[in-house]
Amino acid sequence: MRTWVACSLVLMTAFAGCNRANSTRPKQLPYIQRYTSSPATSLASVLADDGQWVMAPKDYANTRFSSLDQINTKNVGNLQAAWTFSTGILRGHEAAPLIVNNTMYIVGPFPNPVFALDLTRPGGPLKWQYKPAVISGAKGVACCDWVNRGAAFGDGKIVFNTLDNQTIALDANTGAEVWKTTLGDINQGETITMAPLIVKDKVLVGNAGGEFGVRGWLQALDLKTGKPVWKAFHTGPDTDCLIGPDFKPFYPLDAGKDLGVKTWSPESWRQGGGTMWGWISYDPQLNLIYYGTGNPGPWNPELRPGDNKWTATLFARDVDTGAAKWAYQFQPHDNFDYDAVNESTLLDLHLPGGQLRKVLVRAERNGYMYMIDRANGQVLSADPYAFITSTKGIDLKTGRPIENPDKQPKSGKVIREICPAVPGAKDWQPSAYSPRTGLLYVPSENLCMDFEGLEANYIAGTPYLGANIRYYAGPGGNRGELLAWDVVHRKKVWGVKERFPTYSGAVATAGDLVFYGTMDGWFKALDARSGDTLWKFKTDSGIISQPVTWRGPDGKQYVAVLTGVGGWPGAIVSGDLDPRDAGAGDGFVSAMSDLPKFTEKGSTLYVFALP
Amino acid sequence: MRNALLLASCLLAAAACRREQREIVHSPAASHASGGIVRLSELQPGQPTPEVEVRNASEEKAYDINEGKRLFAAYNCSGCHSHGGGGIGPALMDNYWVYGSHPENIHDTIVEGRPNGMPSFGGKIPDYQIWEIVAYVRSLSGLVNPTVAPSRDDHMQVKVAEQSKKEESTEEKKKP
Repeated sequence: MRTWVACSLVLMTAFAGCNRANSTRPKQLPYIQRYTSSPATSLASVLADDGQWVMAPKDYANTRFSSLDQINTKNVGNLQAAWTFSTGILRGHEAAPLIVNNTMYIVGPFPNPVFALDLTRPGGPLKWQYKPAVISGAKGVACCDWVNRGAAFGDGKIVFNTLDNQTIALDANTGAEVWKTTLGDINQGETITMAPLIVKDKVLVGNAGGEFGVRGWLQALDLKTGKPVWKAFHTGPDTDCLIGPDFKPFYPLDAGKDLGVKTWSPESWRQGGGTMWGWISYDPQLNLIYYGTGNPGPWNPELRPGDNKWTATLFARDVDTGAAKWAYQFQPHDNFDYDAVNESTLLDLHLPGGQLRKVLVRAERNGYMYMIDRANGQVLSADPYAFITSTKGIDLKTGRPIENPDKQPKSGKVIREICPAVPGAKDWQPSAYSPRTGLLYVPSENLCMDFEGLEANYIAGTPYLGANIRYYAGPGGNRGELLAWDVVHRKKVWGVKERFPTYSGAVATAGDLVFYGTMDGWFKALDARSGDTLWKFKTDSGIISQPVTWRGPDGKQYVAVLTGVGGWPGAIVSGDLDPRDAGAGDGFVSAMSDLPKFTEKGSTLYVFALP
Repeated sequence: MRNALLLASCLLAAAACRREQREIVHSPAASHASGGIVRLSELQPGQPTPEVEVRNASEEKAYDINEGKRLFAAYNCSGCHSHGGGGIGPALMDNYWVYGSHPENIHDTIVEGRPNGMPSFGGKIPDYQIWEIVAYVRSLSGLVNPTVAPSRDDHMQVKVAEQSKKEESTEEKKKP
């Protein structure tokens, strides 16, 4: 009897095993080759394959350049929509999808769901989705719509941030939660919107909330456990800012003890801003990360005398310890909310008459294109790439901007025609660089503003601004432009003017194409050399996200972009703001009052391929 | 006829008097003590029961509405709702009301907060100030008498003065 039972049990198990093997394996299409071995888990191994898109900025240098050239200037005219996917959230989509091991990962706007799509099967069906438990009150402290700029991949995990200040790591294959860490407090006005960056065994995350008087920071978490490893504040004493014996700024302007305290009126550094919601670059040879900090709070500069360090500052830090190597403050005592969170593109350039220089290039919010020696922080050049009245140039000897006394904001007085406006000549939306053309493709804004300083009351968890503002189009009337900048010869080569601010990222490819989207819903491919529009496609909603490109398992090159207008300039649509108040949306609505005539809300991923 | 004229001018004088009224000691401007239920939905099962209207005394006083306007900026309401056009929070100058347009609805929204990001100010600021803010918020969409609504202010002009704001719809929308 016992033997019989045992025997039948063994048989049943065997049959069950047979069944499982037969029925659950998906039918494969003949042209698709599945990975037979387990997929690569380390970031270094997936980075080596240029056919993927494994971090939002594409690579540590933040080039957003892909060496794929199957789609090129000759055939891009035939590009077609292949399939679409909806995140179901009608708010601004700013994220870059990731493509790792034939899976696409998308993070939506708040409540920040994560979708994994199987690229080995037609139409990219859902592999798994993850819905984080989030605090809905976070929406009340998100300055600029409920955006999220994307996830990161490393160690077999997908890591992303939620608006309510969590960093969450998921198993990339199953979507199972591996760890989560809460890093901030909405009752202090903190949120997180940036795409984390994974470097070695660390996840780098910074906070947002510069409009709420938060105290900005960047921290490194252990990729294995989510435990904080180091945290660098951007205001306050040197020990908090991880400024120690290694700190060697290039300019005397940035040298001295505890400047994060001394350059503020007493205690105001505690509500001083200097957040970090933008991009981080990494140079593996120097072992340094580069990133800039946000605006000081409140906006009305008369209320915070001093240089307000380390707001609007570029930092170079040792990635292992967080120790600052050097810093350079773009805007001491920032007058215009010119956050310095834009991407630093790391390039090794043969400059005219010189040797190879390791530089970083930045299209700064203040309208200047900076070239900075990334080993020591020396500003090699700072050339205007936009119309500027707010300053009269950058003094390369001292590093300070040359102020324009006519445009200094004052309390109770309206100062007119300050250009660029608060969102800058370029906001967070990242540029792309093609080594084939030597051009940096910059999605820019052409906006000016009227600014009246007001009293500001600090109430934790509420806005801390002190300004009445309205924006409008700068000279020419076009509110945006995709411009190509020759980084070596330091000049604009061409530009494509856009009706609305160009608020999507750009991608450059070895097919000599530049892809970007517009707020009125066009997804475009330009000739990377001439700037001619070679192809465009009208999507369902305005585009403010970051396009990506990859090689599918079928060997074909794909291009994808998320639509869904919103963000700061698109809040008039995503948040139903009323343009009869020119100051709505912190002044942006007055420049965008016609946007509702061109686009509605959206939430769609578009994937394009050649037929 | 003469009597009618006399009566009319008496009424006008009384109204004007209230417009200029300032209270030093604040009696509860309005409250839910009237026993009514504050409904956020137009749907109710069975026979409709009459709604108890809450009268916000601040809505009749120019001083109170101006105070509401000052407090709207001072408590950083304007940081999210701007001058009525919205931003982080919804626009308040249109006729779309997520949580109801009646004074008691707006009062409760400020006190309790709302799950889409509206902070709860209950216990943080005096109740009479909340009623002043309620009166000002309603003036943004033309729901108070223009003779008591604030006129053009001294700051950068970004919208028409509250007293020039026309009510957009007599049918106030209440959407959950």
